[in-house]
Amino acid sequence: MKTTLTAQLKSIVVAGMAVGVLAGCATSGNPKDPIEGFNRAMFAFNEGLDSAIVKPVAKGYEAVLPSPVRTGVTNFFANIDDLFIGVNNLLQGKIPQAFNDFGRVAINSTIGLLGVLDVASEAGLEKHEEDFGQTFGRWGVGNGAYVVIPVFGPRTARDTVGLVLDVAADPVANHRPKRTRDAALVLRTISDRANLLPADKVVEEAALDKYSYMRDAYLQRRRNLIHDGNPPREVEANADIEQMAPLAAPADSFSGPRASASSVPVLALQAESTVGNSQ
Amino acid sequence: MKFLFALFSALLFAGSASAQELSPDALIKNVTNEVLDIVRKDKEIQSGNTRKAIELVEGKVLPHFNFTRMTQLAMARDWRQANAAQQKALTDEFRTLLVRTYSKALTEYKNQTIDFRPFTAKPGETDVRVRTEIKQSGAGKNIELDYYLEKSGAAWKVYDIEVGGISLVTNYRESFAAEVRNNGIDGLVKSLQAKNKSGEAASVKK
Repeated sequence: MKTTLTAQLKSIVVAGMAVGVLAGCATSGNPKDPIEGFNRAMFAFNEGLDSAIVKPVAKGYEAVLPSPVRTGVTNFFANIDDLFIGVNNLLQGKIPQAFNDFGRVAINSTIGLLGVLDVASEAGLEKHEEDFGQTFGRWGVGNGAYVVIPVFGPRTARDTVGLVLDVAADPVANHRPKRTRDAALVLRTISDRANLLPADKVVEEAALDKYSYMRDAYLQRRRNLIHDGNPPREVEANADIEQMAPLAAPADSFSGPRASASSVPVLALQAESTVGNSQ
Repeated sequence: MKFLFALFSALLFAGSASAQELSPDALIKNVTNEVLDIVRKDKEIQSGNTRKAIELVEGKVLPHFNFTRMTQLAMARDWRQANAAQQKALTDEFRTLLVRTYSKALTEYKNQTIDFRPFTAKPGETDVRVRTEIKQSGAGKNIELDYYLEKSGAAWKVYDIEVGGISLVTNYRESFAAEVRNNGIDGLVKSLQAKNKSGEAASVKK
């Protein structure tokens, strides 16, 4: 077992990429997702990896360990994350938030028994979620193309660059000796996955096409995160609807007077999607 | 007798007045608390009985939702391509899908609490966002759960729900548009029907 986890991960990523290239790069015309063919292949690969290995292990983990222990594990890694989140808040110029994050680390690492207890949240220091992808977004870097990366899953081009820095700056990934680091990385992955198990079932219930459901959820989520929960409301939908007759009116009445106005919302829609791309 | 009548009409008046003047945030709060109280006591829902959760959602939650508006939002400009019968079919199927999803989420409820964020509406506003937060037990990041409501007549109706910034309604936009592009409106109705049927079959198995 001399091969390190990173080496194994690398070979999985390369294998995944190969699958994607073989599957070809069909396009669907969605401007946010120009390499949909490749992405769908990657998505299928990740789903396979998940259902064969990660999900069963996460289920076992959930079944074996009592909930307080699992929460402790989640909190332990979340505490390490907070340091990194604080740095990203600093880079985004959100000084009070950064101090909040460093305060969390200080409290949770001590009173919170090395992060196992999230005392800071109880004390009113809110948990944030930041990463380099969001920092770039805040700086005005656009999404770029949507891409599904083997093992890591959905990203945009911008967030892929962010991910490289996230990994480079990750205290867990940089931990030595390597044996403890590998164990910690595995534990964190399993813990994160276990936390997502309830969401799984809801997505299965909701999605017509799981690939596009996950893609659009990811894009909406990132947009929301970059704007810290207050993204500008997309106007095109409302502009579109406001031109419609009251809900109770028969639908036939839509075709008449509105036919002339219909080009306006279409234009608005196109404008919005261009804006979305350059964001 | 006169007194009784007066009391009765006073009660009646009070009842209708409160129903009319219920503010959007009070509506969300009442419905949330009422539904979660039931889920907390109901072992069957907690152990994953989707059917029972659906009954609960249909009784308590549905009356406050505007599904036609939701379907319009998800269909975006394709809505106008659909004729009246297709619009009705789309709305019915989408309602079933959303109710099923929402009910499924309820069965995953453990012991989270809901925080209601401060809400202020400008007078005369008819389109508002009510913000709530799901607090996980033990800590971790809160999940934002936002409701968008619109005033129709005297009552407020929910037309969109966002979980962590992900709209349960507009998240369908791209996949609906792709389906309409490839197989037309009827193709979309069919695929919604097929999805609902498989969901139905899965919940019966349980």
